[in-house]
Parts: sequence; C-alpha cells; structure tokens
Amino acid sequence: MRFWRRLFDRETGDKTTHPPSEYPIPTHPQMEDPLDIGQRSDIGKTRRANEDSYLTLKSVIGIEPEPIPVGILIVADGMGGHEKGKEASALATRVASGVIVREALLPLLTSLSSDFASRPVHEILTEATAAANQAVSDMASDAGTTLTSALVVGHSVYVAHVGDTRVYYLDGSGLHQITQDHSLVNRLVELGQISAREAQEHPQRNFLYRAIGQGNDLKVDTHFQHLAADSYLILCSDGLWNSVSEEEMVQTIRSSDSPQVACNRLIDMANEHGGSDNITLVLARINY
Amino acid sequence: MWQRTRLHYTFSAESDTMPSSDGRKGLLGRLRGLEEPEEHLEESTTETSGSATHEGSTTTEDPASRIGPQAQTLADAPVAILDESKLDEEFLSPGEALEDRYEIVKFLSKGGMGAVYLARDRRFPSVTKLVAVKEMISTIRDSVTSRISLETFEREANILAGLSHPAIPKVFDYFHHDRRVYLVIEFIEGTDLESLLAEIDFALSQENAVNWAIQICDVLSYLHNHRPSPIVFRDMKPSNIMLRDDGQIVLIDFGIAKVFQAGKRGTMIGTEGYSPPEQYRGIAEPRGDIYAVGATLHHLLTRRDPRKEPPFTFQDHPIKDYNPTVTSDVEAIVARALEYEIDDRYPSAEDMKQDLMRAMKGSEDATTTIVSAPLSRQEEISPLWSFHSEGEIRCAAMVSDGAVYFGSYDHSLYCLDADTGKERWRYATDGGVVSSPCLWNETLFFGSEDQILYAVYARTGRIVWTCPTDGKIRSSPQAEYGHVFFGSDDHQLYAVSAKSGQELWRFSAGAAIRSSPVISGEVIVFGCDDANVYALDVQRGESRWKYQVGKALQSSPTVAEDMIYIGSADMSLYALDLANGWAIWRYRTKGRVISSPVVAKGVVYFGSNDHHLYAVDAKTGALVWKYATAGPVVSSPRLTEEDICFGSADAYVYRLNAKTGRLVWRFRTGNAIVGSPVVSNGIVYIGSTDHAMYALPASP
Repeated sequence: MRFWRRLFDRETGDKTTHPPSEYPIPTHPQMEDPLDIGQRSDIGKTRRANEDSYLTLKSVIGIEPEPIPVGILIVADGMGGHEKGKEASALATRVASGVIVREALLPLLTSLSSDFASRPVHEILTEATAAANQAVSDMASDAGTTLTSALVVGHSVYVAHVGDTRVYYLDGSGLHQITQDHSLVNRLVELGQISAREAQEHPQRNFLYRAIGQGNDLKVDTHFQHLAADSYLILCSDGLWNSVSEEEMVQTIRSSDSPQVACNRLIDMANEHGGSDNITLVLARINY
Repeated sequence: MWQRTRLHYTFSAESDTMPSSDGRKGLLGRLRGLEEPEEHLEESTTETSGSATHEGSTTTEDPASRIGPQAQTLADAPVAILDESKLDEEFLSPGEALEDRYEIVKFLSKGGMGAVYLARDRRFPSVTKLVAVKEMISTIRDSVTSRISLETFEREANILAGLSHPAIPKVFDYFHHDRRVYLVIEFIEGTDLESLLAEIDFALSQENAVNWAIQICDVLSYLHNHRPSPIVFRDMKPSNIMLRDDGQIVLIDFGIAKVFQAGKRGTMIGTEGYSPPEQYRGIAEPRGDIYAVGATLHHLLTRRDPRKEPPFTFQDHPIKDYNPTVTSDVEAIVARALEYEIDDRYPSAEDMKQDLMRAMKGSEDATTTIVSAPLSRQEEISPLWSFHSEGEIRCAAMVSDGAVYFGSYDHSLYCLDADTGKERWRYATDGGVVSSPCLWNETLFFGSEDQILYAVYARTGRIVWTCPTDGKIRSSPQAEYGHVFFGSDDHQLYAVSAKSGQELWRFSAGAAIRSSPVISGEVIVFGCDDANVYALDVQRGESRWKYQVGKALQSSPTVAEDMIYIGSADMSLYALDLANGWAIWRYRTKGRVISSPVVAKGVVYFGSNDHHLYAVDAKTGALVWKYATAGPVVSSPRLTEEDICFGSADAYVYRLNAKTGRLVWRFRTGNAIVGSPVVSNGIVYIGSTDHAMYALPASP
C-alpha cells in the first residue's frame, strides 16, 4: 500500500488533488459465483421424444464470514412410451423439488440463526422421493422414472437416488461415481457374470430393479459427501454416461471455461457418439 | 384351482434384521393413508410378445428360450375385482355354465391373463366334483401376436395334460369360447407359501422347509427328465408353491401362456428375485430351476424377500445370521444351489434332493449341534481379578502403562496395577467420581461431584492443580492441544490449560453438561441437557453451530468421517454433518439413548434403554443387527479386534461378534453396569454398581 502511495505521489506530486484515502484501487481477487451450475437436456438423435426432466435451483445466503451457497439439483429419466415417460419424469421432479423446498430450503433461507430444519436431511430427501413415487404410481399407467436429487449446502451434499441416473464427484483425486445403478446389468457386472463392455450391448441393459412409479416398498439410496473447494458435482442420465467415457467427461469439464460450456460440449459429444437416448446433464462447480 | 388366503395382497414379511427404519415405514404408511404394513401387489402374468422390439432385445417366439422376467404392470392392478360393474362385463357369474358342463360356483382370483373360477363338473351329478377353471382372455390387439400366444397356450396345455405327478395339478379339459380359452384343472385346497410366510411372524423350522424342498426337487426331477424334451418350470417362487392341508406340495401356475411383453421401448422395470443370473442372458435350462429352489428356500428360512433386495445378493446374507437353528449342511445345500455359475450348482434336481434327504436324516439322528438362542447360552468366564471399592463404579476406566484408573461413588479416584489389581494409590475428593479420567503428559484429569476438576500426577496421585466450578462434574474431560475440556452441571463448558489449570475460555449453554466433549480439528462438539448439540471453535470457544433434538443429550458424541454421532433422551441416535450440524439421519429406538456411540468399519454401535445394543450402518442409518439384553444398555460399547464389549443394567458384561452380533461370552456381576468397558492387551476392564472393578480375559 505504501508503494502505491509513493507512486501516486510521484506521479502527481500534489496530494490535495487526490482523495485523502490511503487505500488504492482494490486488487484482491473478484468474488466468483460460489456455486456455478450448468444444465442441459437434449432429445438425442434416435428418440421421438425427450423423456428426461431436470430441475436446478440455486441460492446464496450472504452471511459472514463466508456466504453459504445452497443448491437443489434433480435429474429424472422417464420410461413408458407414448409420452408417458416424459409425464412421469416431469411429475417426479416437480413433486420431489416441492418437498425439498418446503422442508429443507425454506427453513434454511428463513431462519435467522444457523439452525437448520430439525428433520434429518436424509428423511426429507427420502420423503421427497417417496412422494414422487406416490404421484407417479397414481398416474394409472405403467410409466416409471428414475429420480436422483442432490441438495448442496455449503460444503456438503446430500443425495437421494433411485434408478440408473448417476451422480459423480470430481475433485483433485479424480472422478468418483457416488450413486449405484439399480440396474440388473450392473449387478451382473459386479458378479463377474458379464464384462462392462458386454453390459453396454446387453439386451436387458435397461432393466432396472428399482424405479419410481412401480408401487410401494420403494427403497431409496441416500448419500452424504463433503465437497472440496474447486470440485464438481455431476448429475446425468444414462444417455450421457453410456455414450461418453469417464476420461472424456473429466477432460471436457476441466478444459471448459464454465460449467454451462462443459454441459454443451458434453451433450454434443454424446450426440456425436450416436445419441441413441435422451441426454441430460447438470454440472455444478463448487467455487469456494 | 388355487385358493389364495388373501385376494391379491400379500403382506410383506418383515424381520428384525431387515434394514428399514421405522420412520420411513410409518412415512410410507401415512402417504398411502394406511397405518398398515406395506402391501405388495401380485405380479401380473400379462406379457404380450413384442411385435415392436426395443433396441437390442432378442424377442423370440420359441417358448423354450423365453427370456425376461415378468414385467410388473400396475395397469393390471386388481382394483377392478372389487368393482361390481366391471365384474358383470368381463367375468362369468356364479351359475353360468361353460360347455354346458362346468358350472361356475364362484370367482377365485384374477391372474394376468384372465380369471380363475371354482366350478362344479355337472357330469358327476351325484357328487360335488369341484374343479378350477382358468380363463385366458387375449388382450393383445395385434392379431398375429394373439394367434401366436394362443398357439403357445395350447402347446403348453397339451404338455401339461400329459404329465402325471402328485405335485402337478391334473388337467381335465381344454376348450375355446369366443376369444377366450379355458383350462379345467384339479382344484387344490391349501395355502401358497408366500401367503403362509406373511401370516406367520416366526422363522420357519428347517424341518418343514427341507421337507417341502425335497418334494419340490422330486417334481422338478420329473419335469427335467420329461421326454422328448425337458420341461423347465422357470417360475419357481413361494407364490407358485401350494401347501395342501395334508402337507403335500403342489406346483401351480405352469407358465401357461406366458408370453412376455417386450413391446416397451427404453428402460424396462421389474425383476424377479428368484431367477438365476443366466436367465437375463436368455438361457433357461433345468439348473435355473435349481437356483430358484435355492432362492425360495433362502427366503423361507431367512424371511428375506429376494425381490426387495438387489439381485443375486444371497451370498451376502448367510442363512445362519438370520435363523441360527438352521444346520450347516442345509446352509451349504442352499449355497450350492445359489451358485452364480451354472456348472457350480447341483447338476440335477435329483442330486439336490439326495443331499436334502441326507440332511433331514442327519437332524433326526441329532448329531448336528444346533446353535441355541443367545440368551440361553452361557460361557463361563472367570475374572483375572476384581477390586472392591466402597461405592458404585459408574464410569469407564482408563488404562495406560500398566495402570488402571477409575473413579467410584465412594469419592475416590483409584489407581490399580493392571495385571494384579492391587491398589497403587487413591485420591479422595468430596464428591462421587462418576466421570472417566483422562491422561495427558503423565497427568491425570478427572471431575468430581464436589464441583472440582482435579489434575494429579498419574504415577503418584499427588495433586498438581484444581479447577473449581459451580456445579457437579459428571462429564469426562478431554485433553487436546495442551488443554483440558470438560462440562459441568453449572451449564458451562470449560477449556483450561493442562499445565496450570488456568482458564482459557468458558462457554455457557442452556443446562447441565453431562456429555463429554469430542474434538475434531478446530471444532469441539458436545451435547447438553438443553437438548442442543453444540459445536464451538476450540480456540476461542465461539459457537459454530448448534442443532436441537427432542430431549436432553447425555450421551457423548463421537466423530467419524465428517459425521458426528450422538444419542438423545428422545430415543434416537443422530448422525450430524460435522460441517454445519444438520442431522443427516436418525435411528429411532424404543428407549432413551444415553450410551455413547462408537464407530468402526462403517458401523455405529450404541446401546439404548430399550435393552438392546444396536449396530447401524454409519452412512445410511440402516440396521445391521441388534442384540437384546435384559436391562437398559447405558454403557457404551468398546471394540476389540473382531468383537464388541459392553455392559447392561441386567448386571452382565457381554462380548459379541461385531459383524454378526452373536454372543461370544457373557459375565455376570453383582449389580447393574452403567459404566463402559475399556480394553487393553485383550483384557476387558469394567466396573459395576456392585462396587467392583473387574478384569476379564478375552476368551474363556
């Protein structure tokens, strides 16, 4: 600061024409958007309709010493044909987000202290998923959907998951798949019955043993993960992870200027690789 | 033909070890507007062969290689049965006669293809010959497919007609009528095994299950050896196995007209937990039936429904973990039937039947030892030594460097020799010492109900300094970063210098602090009688977050992998996010949780006043196992190698296997145990309210 001041004085030699402030033009780094979210869904190249749905909602609570970003990220991949799949995934997404907003987000945003909603977060997320399940089951068709919801609060992410839509976490140590696919084929691969490559061509590769809309007894997987600074959270439907390799995913994300750019590039990549399914991707960068 | 005890609904059987939290079950019940156990809709057998193929699927019309599990279609949900108007339209009414011979007595059930009726064969007027009439209504719009499914139905009906075995219902007749096809079969009175399992709430005895399995293997053997070509049953599961009143097993639902629905594009949903892995690759052969028998047996003996679990996870759930009365040889038989690789299974149903019969005989000879229920087993264990103080010992001891330190209600803190139990020194205070001591740099710290925190030399017991507070001290101190942290009944949490006792800071909470604090990085966490869990900055004692639970927290928290675990008097164990204090999950018990949890290998262990010791998954809160004692478990468990030790108010010290919860040994003291054990060099040190401190060996 003294250096600046001297420079100042030398240049003009006249202190009175300048503001008496001792402090120069600020040079500290600009504040970045603490939670930068990109999202995109595409019909792909072979399907007649896009049966995927997604929802993102973001908020930043500006308090000292550090603002707390809060985000809701949901992806749902519908199935059932005759556009019923689309209806199912859209319904599931809305219903689930409604519960999460009401039970978790609202208390978070409106309470004055750092007290959170008194209900455990996994219970809230499970309730959201169960409500979605009820709504889709009530649709009186045999449509179903996957449903994966992530709630980000500061450096924590809470996930509720059913189906084969995936959540990945990317940090300095690499890409990690957080959720487990509820597909038969995944199970067969785990057991060594078939190889991962055979899984990709397998006729029953789309069989899920757990999905939304199939009645009661729904078991929901929940996860909790701490998020490092400069890490990424990726939610995507199988249209993406089936078409783009993990290396390509990491490469593209790291080399893109923003999460939205990365989303666009990855969707294009999936289409280039065939685009045989609907492709949906939500990518969040944790900048704090 | 088959009489279901409940029309279409089979209540799911729950066992103690099923990982579902009560909270979610109740929640789902509320969502459905019912307060009943979850209902499971019967899978429909409506499958129409796909004229539209979804990419990659191999649809074939060859019945012998049909693939794919039945799709669970709620569209066929049997709500229609109760709708009277619908009944009139589609179904036959009592009194109507088919072929002028079969007089409908009543409607029995609705399957995927059509209804099943009870009827009387008029050809035998002087007796009431009852038969079952199965109807197949073709709902397939596409006429080509419709004809194919009809032909398939006919072909299978013809095969069935040629079979003769006590476990296979006899086929009497077969005819067309409009667009419907009818099959007249022997009427079987009894209960199917799925309904049976739902009705009873205890585990089936091995005897019954093996008896039925032998009968099933016998009929499978008959089918598999059928000439000219073997018949694969392909649909072995409890709901397809009828138990007649005389104990005879009958297989039903022979996959008649099982034409599947591959018409849906995109992702398919639904699985049949009893099907072998190769079935999903299009392979349907006799040894697949053997797998399914194994899966059925596993379900019968463990009460774990494979349809509710990730597929092919039987290996992860050994039968004995759920049903200790099952013998090893039966467990091995089921395991072999459930081998993933076809070639590793029994080569034939006959081989499996032989093994089962041998096992049956074995248990009759009573040569196999049956593991009895935990409470009746007593391994005698003798203590290495015991030391009697003059007051109740309510705290956990501390062991270090060959010495055991603990406090007693007789106002003293004791130091004993760990090997011999001989007293080395004691320090007398003016109040009961219920907190556990902690050691730092050769100094021992402990609190007393005389409101003072003491620091004494560990070797000699000579006083170094004291720190007075305004309330009884029951919280156990923690030493870290050269400071000692402890709570007092005066509502404060103190941080004092370990060397001098000089106060660094103190924090005011809303009520007495009996829980001991835990330190993780820069954060110190503790519970308070005001029902809050507090997280403070360890350097300045400033609040970072607080989380409110239902009632007082006297259990001490424990930290593992970004999460804090703590029990409350509101009967739940909470798992909180260390970063912000938000509860991630909670596990509800039926009693106050005063015991402090302990975490190891992804499992949280804790006791509850509802008499149980619980083992719960650390990430999800799902129950792994629980063990019942005869009194509240206030003591916190301690882990040692493969085992876990704890005391109960029923006066016993228990040692269980940490993975399965099975008893290794137990030891009886004179009175309730509320303190926690401490393990050092394999020896378990535990105090009791019978005034004694015991040193117990690792094994008898």
